[in-house]
Amino acid sequence: MRYVVIKLISLFIAVTIGVYLTILIANMGGYVDEILKGQIRESISVSISMDPTKKNLTMAERGRLIDELVALEEHRLGLDQPFLLRSFRFLGRALTLNLGRAQRMASDSGSKLVRNIILERLPPTLLLMGTSSMSLFFITLFIALFLSRNYGSLFDKLVIALSPTSAAPAWFYGIFLLLLFAAVLGWLPFGGMVDAPPPESPVDYGLSLLRHLILPVIAWLISGFFAGVYGYRTFFLIFSMEDYVELARAKGLTSREIERRYVLRPTLPNIITNFALTVIGLWNGATILETVFNWPGIGRLIYQAVGLYDSPVIIGTTVINAYLLAITVFLLDFIYALVDPRVRVGSGGPRS
Amino acid sequence: MNALKRSLKELANYPSAIGGGIIILFLVFLAVYAIVTIPYSEAIRLWRGGEEIWGDNPRIVPPAWTNFFRRAKQPETIVLDSRDPADLISKTVTEISEGMWDVVMTFDFDYNYDAFPQELNVFMNATFVEKGPFVSMFWITPDGREIRLGEVTAKRSETYRFAQDERLLRRLKGVEPQIALFADPDKETPTVLKGKYQLRIDAVTFEENADLEAKFIAYGKVHGLAGTDHRRRDLTIALLWGTPIALSFGLLAALGTSVITMAIAAIGVWFGGVVDELIQRITQINILLPTLPILIMVGTFQSRSIWVILGWIILLNLFGGAIISFRAVFLQIKESPYIEAARSYGASSWRIIFLYLVPRIIPVLIPNLVNGIPAFVFLEASLALLGLGDPVLPTWGKLIDDARSNGALYNAQYFWVMEPAILLMLAGLGFAMMGFALDRVFNPRLREV
Repeated sequence: MRYVVIKLISLFIAVTIGVYLTILIANMGGYVDEILKGQIRESISVSISMDPTKKNLTMAERGRLIDELVALEEHRLGLDQPFLLRSFRFLGRALTLNLGRAQRMASDSGSKLVRNIILERLPPTLLLMGTSSMSLFFITLFIALFLSRNYGSLFDKLVIALSPTSAAPAWFYGIFLLLLFAAVLGWLPFGGMVDAPPPESPVDYGLSLLRHLILPVIAWLISGFFAGVYGYRTFFLIFSMEDYVELARAKGLTSREIERRYVLRPTLPNIITNFALTVIGLWNGATILETVFNWPGIGRLIYQAVGLYDSPVIIGTTVINAYLLAITVFLLDFIYALVDPRVRVGSGGPRS
Repeated sequence: MNALKRSLKELANYPSAIGGGIIILFLVFLAVYAIVTIPYSEAIRLWRGGEEIWGDNPRIVPPAWTNFFRRAKQPETIVLDSRDPADLISKTVTEISEGMWDVVMTFDFDYNYDAFPQELNVFMNATFVEKGPFVSMFWITPDGREIRLGEVTAKRSETYRFAQDERLLRRLKGVEPQIALFADPDKETPTVLKGKYQLRIDAVTFEENADLEAKFIAYGKVHGLAGTDHRRRDLTIALLWGTPIALSFGLLAALGTSVITMAIAAIGVWFGGVVDELIQRITQINILLPTLPILIMVGTFQSRSIWVILGWIILLNLFGGAIISFRAVFLQIKESPYIEAARSYGASSWRIIFLYLVPRIIPVLIPNLVNGIPAFVFLEASLALLGLGDPVLPTWGKLIDDARSNGALYNAQYFWVMEPAILLMLAGLGFAMMGFALDRVFNPRLREV
């Protein structure tokens, strides 16, 4: 319990610092201020133009009135205070996910709140990335086990030789896959999450979703497969050379049992660390992969926001990204502690 | 020195090192060639240029060598300029009446391709004081038919676009001129009539010293070594110049991040205590920082120059995950007897760190560095794909982005995507293969399995 609390606190501090850095970077061009000032001016102008008692003011008078009210409101919000002070207020707002309103974008349900826009895009990202990383994880693990059993075979050598191909990211293979399967052969769609218009029945919807999932998931698999298999296989081989494995073999245990008890078990922490790194890499990789496949997730949201210069959305996604990373790290640390009894003793977590 | 030689010799035993080395050498050669033949400023000028530089090129066509694999040979661009004596067959000036002169120019060319050109244009430059010449154009096919094209009163600079002439289009019964003018009239489906074509430009001038120069272009369907893009630019320039940019970006980013993280890890291990603890905490925070979103923000708000982005990448990786592996090695080295000896004769901390600790880590550093390069090369391309590519420099990533945003995949313009993608792949593979072999040479533990 104490471990969990300490871990949570240290992660929260890390997130806070991460978000604060984000605010500092974003403010370099004074953008966060402009978001706020723009919002104030807009809401005041609207309220004055709606006010029937101010209908017969001249343009100049109205302008002056707006300026006065804006100055008053900026003072009330502390915009005339030094940046250092205000940056902490932004920090508080970002940490409580009070992300403000988008300048140009809107969610499909019409909301302009950045939080709603992001929440709407989260499930597709989780679907794509969950499917990709889970299938990659289990496939590589399974094949790595198989290879460590058939160490030195032709297939083993092939996987080792091909492991440098993992240097290219998933989107890169995605482009090739699109070229082959969508453009030349026409078997699979160019992108998106479902057909347009979306099918009515849930079964058709699911099938259409599946069809659109195939290419991005395969792209992710290709880019992670060889290096992943190579890494796990090396772990397994190192551990299967231990004396106690030899002993178990001498005792006449089946190879399945040896694998389960004496190879998988001690490599588990390493496997989980590897998995953690994949998942962390995934939050970054998603951005481009979604853009290439027009997948309506958070990554594509960032892409669209960059195109529209919609800074509240960009900052909001960065904040969410920091949170997601922290949650990932926390969950994996937690699992790590469950699996590896040595970790539970220390308070600093596996990396200390 | 001997150790280095031995390592190199050992490296030669790995096919992946040889393959990687060949690829890297090829890319370095390409980079040097690009820098020597096209100076930096010239590359930028060409890449940012518009119609005034690239007007003679066709729009989005594959490279000319693709003809080699095709049965139906696609046309290359034909440019005939009256200022070039080799192109012009004849130019005569006759006075037809008081104050009127007739300038007649004829251009001949052979057309032996199996497909129709992309577009037909005549660019005219007239010299006159008050009244521009009246120009009429005629097209003579190999079988002797004469087709009247359009008439224009030339301004100082005039462009006659065949496809935009409504009257010509009506005369050709609605068939686009670049097809109708080259088609065999006896065939049902449009087929190219091969042979010698002639374009006659007949200009009536109204002043003594008035003159007309004309340039006829039949835009082809293939171009050069690499083809062209949507702005008629020759892709060769971007492919060539993308090489030094990608290599220097990848190398500098990998070098910057790995050397600095290594130094930080060394300092932390050597001083231990609070310093080490602090460095480890910062590393944990750094791992949580969303690198790509931050780079996206830098690109959006601050600058898109890849050198600014490069600085940020190094900054964001100062306390990166590599510190953990460096630290583990340093902890081992710190306990070695020779460090003990150095300490006992009173060597300063900095001397021990940089002269005794750091050199010992090079076997870990070099594979780490080489393995890091592909990631940064692809990171640059990723940013370009998000529309955050450098605004002035031609890079491979920007080519892919251009191709994608102009629908190259949908329109089957595969060369546009494949050329930069293959170069990217080569760069990534070359360094990854080399790094893989280096890893095994320098870390003998890996060699056993």
